Amino acid sequence: MNLSTASGAREASAYNFAYLDEQTKRMIRRGLLKAISIPGYQVPFGGREMPLPYGWGTGGMQLTAAILGADDVLKVIDQGADDTTNAVSIRRFFARTAGVATTERTVEASVIQTRHRIPETPLSAGQIMVYQVPIPEPLRFIEPSEQETRTMHALEDYGVMHVKLYEDIATFGHIATAYAYPVTVDERYVMDPSPIPKFDNPKLDMSPALMLFGAGREKRLYAVPPFTKVISLDFEDHPFAVQQWEECCAFCGSSESFLDELIVDDAGSKRYVCSDTDYCRQRTERLEENLQ
Amino acid sequence: MSAAERLQPALATAEPLFSARDLTRLYGPEKGCQGVSFDLYPGEVLGIVGESGSGKSTLLSLLSGRCPPDRGAVSYRGRDGQWLDLYSASEAERRTLLRTEWGFVEQNPRDGLRMAVSAGANIGERLMAQGVRHYGELRAAGLDWLSQVEIDPARIDDLPRTFSGGMQQRLQIARNLVSAPRLVFMDEPTGGLDVSVQARLLDLLRGLVRELDLAVVIVTHDLAVARLLADRLMVMRRSKVVEAGLTDQILDDPQHPYSQLLVSSVLQP
Repeated sequence: MNLSTASGAREASAYNFAYLDEQTKRMIRRGLLKAISIPGYQVPFGGREMPLPYGWGTGGMQLTAAILGADDVLKVIDQGADDTTNAVSIRRFFARTAGVATTERTVEASVIQTRHRIPETPLSAGQIMVYQVPIPEPLRFIEPSEQETRTMHALEDYGVMHVKLYEDIATFGHIATAYAYPVTVDERYVMDPSPIPKFDNPKLDMSPALMLFGAGREKRLYAVPPFTKVISLDFEDHPFAVQQWEECCAFCGSSESFLDELIVDDAGSKRYVCSDTDYCRQRTERLEENLQ
Repeated sequence: MSAAERLQPALATAEPLFSARDLTRLYGPEKGCQGVSFDLYPGEVLGIVGESGSGKSTLLSLLSGRCPPDRGAVSYRGRDGQWLDLYSASEAERRTLLRTEWGFVEQNPRDGLRMAVSAGANIGERLMAQGVRHYGELRAAGLDWLSQVEIDPARIDDLPRTFSGGMQQRLQIARNLVSAPRLVFMDEPTGGLDVSVQARLLDLLRGLVRELDLAVVIVTHDLAVARLLADRLMVMRRSKVVEAGLTDQILDDPQHPYSQLLVSSVLQP
C-alpha cells in the first residue's frame, strides 16, 4: 500500500530529485570530495548527457544537481546577470526538477551557479559557488598533449605557464590576458579559474565560500576549498593587476564593480553598467531610499 | 713527450661526466643497438657515425633518457659530483636534468622549438622552468643569446616559423644553451641544411663548444661534420659499435672493413 503510493508520487514528478539519478550524484560527490582534498587537481568524472548542449553549462549543472538539497536556495548568474537566457533556463530547470527555492540576491543564496563571474557582494562561509568551465586544462594553450600536461601537473613542471605571460608582454607591453587568468592553488596546482575576468581572481584568494568547477564536455571537476591561497601568476617586474575603469556605472554609480561597455546609439556613444545585476539593483535601491 | 702522452695523465685523473654500460635496446635481430659502453669526459665531443638504420638515433634516445633500455645503464655525474643512474632515477629528476644540465638539439628544429611562441619566449622557456620570474632578465638573456647564435636581436619577437631553416636550427641551439648545460645531445644538427649554411652552423657550434667547455654527443652521417667537431668517433653498423677511437685515427686509418667503406665512399669534389 505504502509502496504503491510512494511509486505513484515518483511518477507524478517523473524525474528524480534534481534530474540526475542517485548513483550518478554519488559518483559526482565522490569526485568532489577528492577535488576538495586536493585543491586545484582535476578529477575525471563520468559526465552524463544533460538536456542542453555542451558549452551551455552542463558541467556546472551536474555539480549543482549533485550537491543540491531540498532546503537550498539557488541563484544562477550568466556573466553576472540573473536575467539572461542561460541563467533563467538553468534556474527554472532546477526549480522544476528539484523544487528548490531560487533567488536573485547573492546574500540569500546557498548555492550559486555561475557562468564566468564572481558576485561583487562578498561571499560568506557556507555558500557554494559552482562554475561552468569550458576548458579545464590551463596548460593546453602551450602543450596540446593531454598525457604530457598530466605529467607536467604531477611533476609540478609549470615553467611553460610563464611562456604565455611572456608572450603577452612581448606583444602588448603588459600582461594582456584578461580572463581565464591562470592561478596557483595552495602553492601546488596551477588551475584555470574558468573564463572569469581577472578582475575576479583576487576574490578566489582566501574566500570563505567553497568553489566548485565543473567541465561537462571534458568531464573534469576541480575545487578550491574555503580559505585556500589562490595566487595569480605574474612576473616580478610585471605584477598581477586587475582591470580598472575611468567611468562609473551609469545606473548605480559604482566605481568598484566590473563594468560592461554598452554601445547605445549608431554614433557609437558608450555607457558603462555593472555586470553584476543584483549588486547594481541593491545599490540603486539603497540610493533611492536615501533620496526619499 | 708526445701530445698523446701529455694528455694521458690529465685524462686519468679527470673523472668522466657521463658513462654508458652495455646499453641494449633491440627492436628485432640487429635492429636497434646493443652492447654499447663508453665514458664521456667534460668538454669532450663524441661523434656517432654509421649508415641509416644502424641504431644511431636509438642509441641517442637511450643516452638522453627518452627511451628505457632493455639492458644496461646510463649514469651522469651532476654539478654536485654525485653520480645519478638515469633509469633508476625518478621521472622528476630525469626531467629536471633534461631542462637544466642537459640539452637536446633535434634534427628538425620544428620538433625542438615551440613554433607558436616568439623566439624570445623559446629562449626564455628553460629559464622560466628554472624559476626565473623577472621579465627584464628573460628579455636580456634572449637578446644576448640571439646575438651569440648570429641572429639579429631585433627579431626577438618574431615567430620561429618566419625564420629560415638555418636560423631555426641556431635558435634551437640558443634555446638549449641558455641554461648553461654541461652535456648536449645533437641528432644530425646540420641535416636538411644547404652546404654553406651547414658550414656556418658548424663554425658556430665549434666555437660555442670550445668556449663553453661543453660535452657533446653528436649523431651524424656526415663524416665532414664528425671531422670538424668530434674528438672521438664511434662507428655503428647493424646495431653494434664496430670501431671506436680518436676521430683522426678512424678517418685516416680505418681498421674495420665497414669504416673503410664509409671513409672511402665520401665524395671528393
